[in-house]
Amino acid sequence: MSASPNDAPSVVPVKADSDVVRVRQCVRDVAVAARLSLVDQTKLVTAASELARNTLLYGGGGEATIRVVERGAVTGVEVVFADDGPGIADVDRALTDGWTSGSGLGLGLSGAKRLVDEFDLKTSPGAGTTVTIVKWKR
Amino acid sequence: MDRIPILQIGDMLLVSIQVDLQDHTALALQDDLSNRIVETGAKGVLIDISALEIVDSFIGRMISTTAAVSRVLDAETVVVGMQPAVAITLVELGLTLTGVRTALDVDRGIRLLRRTLDEPIGRGDATFDERLTE
Repeated sequence: MSASPNDAPSVVPVKADSDVVRVRQCVRDVAVAARLSLVDQTKLVTAASELARNTLLYGGGGEATIRVVERGAVTGVEVVFADDGPGIADVDRALTDGWTSGSGLGLGLSGAKRLVDEFDLKTSPGAGTTVTIVKWKR
Repeated sequence: MDRIPILQIGDMLLVSIQVDLQDHTALALQDDLSNRIVETGAKGVLIDISALEIVDSFIGRMISTTAAVSRVLDAETVVVGMQPAVAITLVELGLTLTGVRTALDVDRGIRLLRRTLDEPIGRGDATFDERLTE
């Protein structure tokens, strides 16, 4: 099985606990198809797990869109998490290790960012949050 | 609700996580293990995570908390079988599972627990030299 950017993106709703597991499985499938190394697969799936949980807990649910991307000769896997929740008021603080607005460890956003090659966060209070991550094949 | 089976072998409890853990399943396991430690008076807990393809901050916290709770309940926890890719990812994520004892596989984990449990009470802090001369 191989993967190309022409493949239709997979959209996984993130509405319940079990959806976090579905996001992990779907990201894993696409990462395997894109031939990421095992360590890179694991990093991407772990980052996706953190972000899917954030979408569920802080964003009030949303969806994850997973697809293969290409830049020049390099292939990667992109995952976009989008929610219509309250947004993040202080992005710098949310990206600080150990800071949490909930009951977590505060490693979700900052840890996920460390595990991927590209990390983009778009949010404003009341306007939801969109996080895009990419892991490139090395 | 999914539950992870907990097996009792002598004075040890063995848990082998063979499914992709949902958050509530991880929390249920934490509760179940604490209860079983008290019910059985188990002195050791072995958690096999060799089938886990990822450990994120939630599962990592469950493991740390379980180890801490079991220590308070007079039982030692050893986590065994972590895959190398999982270990690399966990450390990069920022979790080092401080205070959690680990072993490479179930066999080594049992031996580690056995050694710990067989150690005479009160000699845990004895220096190597003192043990040799006793």
